Amino acid sequence: MSEVHDGSHEIEAHTDALLPDPGLPEHTWRPTDVDPKAEKRAERQVATLFGLSALCTVLFVVSYVTIRTGVNGPTILGWGASNVTLGLTLGGALLFIGIGVIQWARKLMADVEMVELRHPASSSEEDRSMTVAALQAGLEESGIGRRPLIRNTLIGSVALLGVPAVVMLKDLGPTNKDVTESAPYPGAGLEHTVWRSQMRVVRDVVGTPIRPGDLEIGDLVNAEPEIIFGKNKGVPVPEDQVLEGADLQIAKSKAATVLLRMDPDDIVNDVTRNWSVNGIVAYSKICTHVGCPISLNERTTHHLLCPCHQSTFDLADGGKVIFGPAGRHLPQLPLTVDDEGFLVAQGDYPEPVGPSYWERNTYSLEQVAKNYATKTGEETGQ
Amino acid sequence: MRLLNRSVGRLSRHRRRPLAGVVLLLVALALTGGLYAVFSPSSSAESDQTQAEKAAQGRQLFLVGCASCHGQNGEGLKAQDGKLLGPSLIGVGAAAVDFQVGTGRMPMAQPGAQVQKKRPTYDQDDIDKLAAYVASLGPGPSVPTKNQYDPSTYTDAQRKQAVTLGGQIFLTNCTACHNFTGEGGAMPRGGYAPKLLDTKPKYIYEAMLTGPQSMDTFSNGNISPQEKKAVIAYVESMKNQPGYGGFSLGGLGPVSEGLFAWVVGLGILVGFAVWIAAHTTRSSKKKKGLEA
Amino acid sequence: MSVDTSKVASSNGTNAATTTTKSSRLGALASWSDERLGLAAMGKKNLRKIFPDHWSFMLGEIALWSFVVLLLSGVFLTLWFKPSMSEISYQGSYAPLRGVEMSDAYASALHISFEVRGGLLMRQMHHWAAMLFISAMMIHLLRVFFTGAHRKPRELNWVIGSLLLLLGTLEGFTGYSLPDDLLSGTGVRAADGFMKSIPIVGTYISFFLFGGEFPGDSIIPRLYVIHVLLIPGLLLALIAAHMLLLVYHKHTQWPGPGRSETNVVGFPMLPVYAAKAGGFFFITFGVSALMGGILSINPVWKFGPYDPTKVTAGSQPDWYMGWPDGALRIMPGWESHFWGSTWSWNIFLPVIVLPGLLFTVLLLLPFLEAWITGDKREHHLLQRPRNAPTRTATMVALMTLYACFWLAGGNDLIATKLHSSINNITYALRALVFVAPCVAFWVTRRWCISLQRHDNETLLHGYETGIIMRSPEGGYSERHLPLSEAQAYTLTVRDRGRVGEEDELKPNGRPTLRSRIRTLYFDDDVQKPTIQELEEARAHAEHEAHAVATLEGHSADGHQFDGHHLTEDEPLRGED
Repeated sequence: MSEVHDGSHEIEAHTDALLPDPGLPEHTWRPTDVDPKAEKRAERQVATLFGLSALCTVLFVVSYVTIRTGVNGPTILGWGASNVTLGLTLGGALLFIGIGVIQWARKLMADVEMVELRHPASSSEEDRSMTVAALQAGLEESGIGRRPLIRNTLIGSVALLGVPAVVMLKDLGPTNKDVTESAPYPGAGLEHTVWRSQMRVVRDVVGTPIRPGDLEIGDLVNAEPEIIFGKNKGVPVPEDQVLEGADLQIAKSKAATVLLRMDPDDIVNDVTRNWSVNGIVAYSKICTHVGCPISLNERTTHHLLCPCHQSTFDLADGGKVIFGPAGRHLPQLPLTVDDEGFLVAQGDYPEPVGPSYWERNTYSLEQVAKNYATKTGEETGQ
Repeated sequence: MRLLNRSVGRLSRHRRRPLAGVVLLLVALALTGGLYAVFSPSSSAESDQTQAEKAAQGRQLFLVGCASCHGQNGEGLKAQDGKLLGPSLIGVGAAAVDFQVGTGRMPMAQPGAQVQKKRPTYDQDDIDKLAAYVASLGPGPSVPTKNQYDPSTYTDAQRKQAVTLGGQIFLTNCTACHNFTGEGGAMPRGGYAPKLLDTKPKYIYEAMLTGPQSMDTFSNGNISPQEKKAVIAYVESMKNQPGYGGFSLGGLGPVSEGLFAWVVGLGILVGFAVWIAAHTTRSSKKKKGLEA
Repeated sequence: MSVDTSKVASSNGTNAATTTTKSSRLGALASWSDERLGLAAMGKKNLRKIFPDHWSFMLGEIALWSFVVLLLSGVFLTLWFKPSMSEISYQGSYAPLRGVEMSDAYASALHISFEVRGGLLMRQMHHWAAMLFISAMMIHLLRVFFTGAHRKPRELNWVIGSLLLLLGTLEGFTGYSLPDDLLSGTGVRAADGFMKSIPIVGTYISFFLFGGEFPGDSIIPRLYVIHVLLIPGLLLALIAAHMLLLVYHKHTQWPGPGRSETNVVGFPMLPVYAAKAGGFFFITFGVSALMGGILSINPVWKFGPYDPTKVTAGSQPDWYMGWPDGALRIMPGWESHFWGSTWSWNIFLPVIVLPGLLFTVLLLLPFLEAWITGDKREHHLLQRPRNAPTRTATMVALMTLYACFWLAGGNDLIATKLHSSINNITYALRALVFVAPCVAFWVTRRWCISLQRHDNETLLHGYETGIIMRSPEGGYSERHLPLSEAQAYTLTVRDRGRVGEEDELKPNGRPTLRSRIRTLYFDDDVQKPTIQELEEARAHAEHEAHAVATLEGHSADGHQFDGHHLTEDEPLRGED
């Protein structure tokens, strides 16, 4: 049992050793220790390395000043010359110092192995008892032990101080309820989007409305409601109603839609058929898993695949999940045609789009359709 | 006269006029050439062939190379168990043929989840003939003109605008399958969206137009011809873009970046660590003035 | 045979190991400081502190120096980055995006990449250093665990290290989300989905973090503060504590001649370790710069600004978030609906519950081991992984689990590059995450045990020399020679039997749960030979050597190759 007696206590460490310790091996010298020529050579080597580093630093400054950066800058081997030269020279400058210092340590600094004795991790008994005594004396003098009233009210009041810190975080943001009720922007709240009845479906990026005849079977259109491009029923909206900034992004993150034209005979679900026009179906582009936009469509099977986690939805069958981690079918947007022949929505999405959340009332597609029919019936006064 | 007479002398020895030999030679040459021109098979580069002639020749090629899967009249073939051997080609249009055969995808080398691009079996003339035949089966998208698909027909200012517009359309419609650098991506059950950077502009146009295999169609009513050309301009610009930051690691995003960080970055640093802690050269000599 | 011990520094002793003569100017400065700060006491203890030398002890240094690189390059980036989501129309030099609406944050990232000289270099160095930081922490963790350096008294250091790993991961995530590009924005969108999946408080957390509905305009400035101030502050504090504990406990060392549980053998801080560590800092910095110069990372201009309607194939988070992403991909789509509420098991389980569980297991590993083994001693000598088969196998099983999730995170790229069906890959991985760790555990454990047996054979029968002998009967055998004293000593410095205290039996006479686990833990461990076995084997070997020697015509005492005398003068093949 190896022990250390430094006057106080022992290390509680022991590993069984079967054989006697042969002790540290005899030190063997390096060529740089015994041969002055080798030593000088090593010195020169280290100095050269430091010199190379200085050279690289100079080259760095030269590159910085002379080589233009950016899209119109020169290129080396198809790579941006500014980035490559600055990187190589900076890297060299640093690396050579590092290698030089290491070589210095390895070749020239004393490398005789030395021994240091460990101390136990715990403090000595004497220290411990003195600390305990000090603590006790201090606590005794404070009287906290004898005065439970003071102690308890102190603990209570300090604990209570945590509350303002938490409470002050409330205004980090509104809640879903706040936003739905106060509607600070169109389509506010997780249950709503900016889609409205008779709002035209337009092509994303270009913003042009779509007629059913424009599309062939197999066409997939990435679409938006026309309000994203500042129009309503074909007419530009007033200046103050144009969506921009955060409002625009929030609207896009829920209203994005994909249109697919398929052979009407391929549609197997009645609800899907009811909400389609000539085989053109519209679904939410926002995945019901965690909200990535989906537009990988396998035309031959009309399966829509999300690139994030590979949830797959069948667009001929109410957006049913047929593979992957999504737990819920894709919401479908009921379509119809307005009097100028353009594709329009019948109304807002019949159910909340996007990822699931705790308060979401989740129904089957048939139930959603029933609720929707009831709701639109009420709205049109039927 | 004497010179001519000497060379054609034998011919005109028994003739009354000395020029007769010359004229006879010329007539013989003209006759030979003319007969040759009339009777020899015409070369396929002849552009005055009508569409009907092309279609007829295309049908011959079709029957040999394509009918075994697509049917004698391009109507498609189903195997006995209902599996589709080859889809119907009625209405797919010349553009589809130009794409599929031009990129070597068709004739399909072996059945599989997806047709692979390979070296084309037919040359462009034969492809044109096949295209003409298939176009005659039913109306469909035609092969685009150079003006429609080639971004080099833009002026500089037009190209700049096109690249920006094309980029936005590309990011909206294409990157979900083909990846932001056009490297390609996975589709269900072994399918995949192929790489775009080594695809010719004409084929990109035709692929968008005809929606090959499981790709959606982006007909001209979905993405207009001008927008298609803008997308091609963007893809070209991606191809020509220098690697501003250096070697692109395959353009696959964070996965290849992580691989390089571990293998290259950590590998080099651990290598340095091994070097730093390694024993240096030892000498058998003893240091002067010190006992062992 | 031993070193001049008058030069050995004893336990943080009273005298410095060497005397010094400073120049008078330096001396004056030192006096001035000491009269105010009293630093000499600390200096005396620490300037010549001994550190043991082994390459595997430098893995944590890679992490430490990468962190310094991150701090330096990060400060540079903060001088130009604008953490604002205000919508602007881009008018910078990158033509394909000119006129496109984007956030100010993204535009400033483009500005740094294209208009600030060295900006792209700093961005790339920062990102590469972040990768190195986290990967270095991981292999450092593995080294510490496999060699048993997490045992008492270093359990708290292990806890601090695990927290550093977690914070480093979060720091990376917030960092690469700052440029607000399409790829990282998709990740932020997914994070929003994760938060929404939390029962009861999900929408509140989501709305509070984003300042309303996704995406809002608060997330980037908030992530900026977390990334630049809050987490780096925590990291610095924890790193300081980690280093302090390391210095206080002194570094562990491998067993060997002259080394024991109560000493440290190595080289002093000044000058050797200062040089080696300082040099390594420059090397790490240099490698980051080289990588930043020639390897492109996170080319945000190609992705375009974040738009909730756009996405790219091959959307993956950075590699260190790959495993929760993988768990998310292979999870079946389980969702329950009760009384108007939605329970998103398909997201909550793989992203909230699983990482929480695994991280807790990681934190508790040293305490779990101490509970199982009942070992209450301090440990300063390292163990070879083979000498703790169950511990090694457990970590390999955890690594395999991690690797399976990692693979799942890249399933679409695997499908693309290997031309296989993504559906089949997903199904296969669903099974593999359960089967593979068990297989890995079993295989590793048996491998360790067989390596222990091999060690024992080497101890008892010597090492293989490669010299083939032919006996008079015609049989061939390989000549074995005994290990050197140093090697034999090194191999036998390990505990025998089950260490720690035995459990008492339960009142009904049956063993406690802990006893049973403990039995399984030490099951099949091969013990080192006893001293009698060693002596017997040695005698046997010498006997054999003498028998063979007469054939060869010279005495063979079996010490040709173990350093006891030089081989130059020995005729090895029997000629004279």
